[in-house]
Amino acid sequence: MSLPEPTRFTVNGTAHSVPAEPDTPLLYVLRNDLDLKGAKFGCGLGQCGACTVLLDGHAVNACDTPLWAVAGKQVTTVEGLAAGGTMSRLQQAFLDEQAVQCGYCISGMLMSATALLERTPDPTLDQIKEAMDRNLCRCGTQARILRAIQRAAGQGASA
Amino acid sequence: MSAAIKVPPMLSANPRLDRWVKFNDDRTATVFTGRVELGQGIITALTQIAAEELDLTFEQVRIVDADTELTPDEGHTSGSRSISEGGSAMRSACAEVRAVLLAEAARRLDIPADRLVVEEGRITGADRIRETTYWNLPHAELLDRAATGQVPPKPVARYTVVGRSARRLDIPDKLTGRPRFVADMKLPGMLHGRVARPPSFGAKLVSIDEAAIRAMPGVVAVVRDGDFLGVVAEREEQAVKARKAMIAGSRWTEQPIPTDAADIYRFIETRDTTDTVIVERRDEAALARAAKTFESRYAKPYVAHASLGPSCALATFDPGRIEVWTHSQGVYPLQRELAEVFGLPVPSVVAHHVDGPGCYGHNGADDAALDAVLLARAVPGRPVMLQWMRDDEFAWEPLGPAMVVKTRAAVDAAGNIVDWSLDLWSNGHTQRPGVVVTTEPSVSLLAAWHLEKPVPRIPQGDPAMSGGGGMARNAEVIYALPNQKVVAHRVEELPLRASTLRALGAYANVFAGESFIDELAEACGADPVEYRLRHMQNPRARAVIELAAQKAGWVSNEKSDGTKGRGIAFAQYKNGYGYIAIVAEVVLEPEFRVMRMVAAVDVGLAINPDGILNQTEGGILQALSWTLKEQVQFDRERILSRDWETYPVLTFSEVPKVEVHLIDRRDEEPLGAGETPTGPTAAAVANALAHALGVRVRELPLTRERIIAALERT
Ligand code: FES
Ligand code: FES
Repeated sequence: MSLPEPTRFTVNGTAHSVPAEPDTPLLYVLRNDLDLKGAKFGCGLGQCGACTVLLDGHAVNACDTPLWAVAGKQVTTVEGLAAGGTMSRLQQAFLDEQAVQCGYCISGMLMSATALLERTPDPTLDQIKEAMDRNLCRCGTQARILRAIQRAAGQGASA
Repeated sequence: MSAAIKVPPMLSANPRLDRWVKFNDDRTATVFTGRVELGQGIITALTQIAAEELDLTFEQVRIVDADTELTPDEGHTSGSRSISEGGSAMRSACAEVRAVLLAEAARRLDIPADRLVVEEGRITGADRIRETTYWNLPHAELLDRAATGQVPPKPVARYTVVGRSARRLDIPDKLTGRPRFVADMKLPGMLHGRVARPPSFGAKLVSIDEAAIRAMPGVVAVVRDGDFLGVVAEREEQAVKARKAMIAGSRWTEQPIPTDAADIYRFIETRDTTDTVIVERRDEAALARAAKTFESRYAKPYVAHASLGPSCALATFDPGRIEVWTHSQGVYPLQRELAEVFGLPVPSVVAHHVDGPGCYGHNGADDAALDAVLLARAVPGRPVMLQWMRDDEFAWEPLGPAMVVKTRAAVDAAGNIVDWSLDLWSNGHTQRPGVVVTTEPSVSLLAAWHLEKPVPRIPQGDPAMSGGGGMARNAEVIYALPNQKVVAHRVEELPLRASTLRALGAYANVFAGESFIDELAEACGADPVEYRLRHMQNPRARAVIELAAQKAGWVSNEKSDGTKGRGIAFAQYKNGYGYIAIVAEVVLEPEFRVMRMVAAVDVGLAINPDGILNQTEGGILQALSWTLKEQVQFDRERILSRDWETYPVLTFSEVPKVEVHLIDRRDEEPLGAGETPTGPTAAAVANALAHALGVRVRELPLTRERIIAALERT
């Protein structure tokens, strides 16, 4: 069987060309073809945010983004946040707040929050909650995650 | 000679010292635990304990968690017992390792062992001239022996690592996306698998067009064994598509479910039951003072674990050897069950624990391990990564069972409780191996029941009261009451698959008991905090109630203005573990919302204080999600909650401010923390809602519909 036509796109600054069916969810391409395991499969239905990545700077669910939709675009995953091996300010804030329990939701949380802070560097608590509302966490880490995002925004924690 | 020290049971079961500790050439040590990391931070706390006893730094200790080839067998990691059981075994083993090595150092240095000082593994005498290290001693030979369990651990007063907050070891990887979970593993030649489960519990497969599935792109194998169906493909998305086609192309006969979500409470209350008296304390003189009696009935639905990631496992199958990577809570019990299903000797099955999505009890992890092996058997020599889809998880994981709790009490003329009784109805709360012993083989693993040659299901069991109980966990209250009777009515008929979920029966029992005591306080015109304290003698219990009230700014006998309310609840988990009191603050305008949760916790010595805070905050928010929103929907055919829209959970906009205050009790035994807040969260919120509303909602979850219904009844 011949391979499908490759799709070209950029991930964390590196150009890739992946020969997979155009309707393949981006999540599987990232995890299996590019070995970027940060984005997680949570529901495959666009409901939980575990698979969140940035597409040209906007937070999207990689599980319901088909490969064809990223052709020629820039994808950022959690692996791309720590430039040169130094954690981003947001990652550092999550570390300082120890805002992780099992951690399965966390890369999605980091991506949604990165997109928020990019757009709104000094968000109110309500703005943070609204931006994060489609990211679920079953371990109940939300209070710490809110504090971490506020810390990254240079705000005293008041969640 | 002093009296013999009680040997920790996990150390007696795994006595060899080198099963617990090994020294590495790079001046580090590796410790081995049969406990598993579930997102609760246990490996970090155990590392602290090991570093403390070995006089190493936290950074010098590495830890390996549950693995049938490497670590002690500690059964299941559950019930908040890891610190009390796993921690005491680790502490005792490490203390003995240190003593054994010190005895040898004493001989070599010619200095009495009790004059030696250990720092970061360097062993010196007071003169600082003669010295050696753990690594210079023949440690491997010295540790090749059985533990006596008789070496006293370090006194708490000398602790430098334990009792201070340590950053969790697994967090950096989880923040940077480094592979850490089972689902992130990759082995050479790995294929991807999916299962196509029956549409409902008792369904039987009538037909499936296997050839059509086999012809789909990338499909390597179609597995059909009795009513078990699965597929293996080159690529993950190909396996997902093939699974979809299998579900669409298979025909089944289904069996009805004897009840549904609307009928479930009537159902469990009217079945035949096995009744157990949990406690009965009688004081006739007190009974004679009864002036007024009260009764209430509370109910809690089926609740799902619903981990954020569906269950997953990686397996290889070679004739005569099975290897699996799993996020099971118990790799050794899983090993024994897999050996049973495949008719292999136990050592032919190897199970390694790898982190998984948050685990709150007996979920689908073990089932997924069997699924992965069944798929791998179709492609011998090639590893298969299997993950359930979201609906597999909702429809097939064992749920936390529905419960009904009825309470009765009498008070005297002064409002003091003179009689208290609680009756509860529930299925048994576990289907784990080892609880019910059967003469014929039986297993807890889902797919095994569906095979052509099935291995039957383990009968539903209920954990013994000696270990804290299951359905009747925390059904007895620890208030000083002259009369108390608790009866557990165990329903044998099992409408839906059920097993252990965080706190088990304590969630419903504490919700009921702590709601009811508020009802009594209100009827007697007493303040809920004062009323609890009036009936509580245990000083540690009183301390958490007082601290939570103080930190929340509790105002005695405060009247609600009809828009706001506050409520308190208390429990000592399993009536022998951690103490907690929680104050909830709610508003009704513009809609019912929880604004703030303030907790005071006493878990004895806190090994990793920040870890305790993290787990407690998490436990509160998870229980809040259950309390406000969660209920598994099902009709007489199927489970209807199959995704996050049909099973909504707490979202960020519903998250209140959470404050946890820890009472440091360095001299008290360390107790588990993970499950303490579960029941009190539900009751505190229900009490706050009743305070604001003036009427009480006694069925969970506390939804808008139930609030309106309660208002209409008045
Ligand atoms: S996995 Fe993509 S939203 Fe849930
Ligand atoms: S930390 Fe476990 S799901 Fe968020």
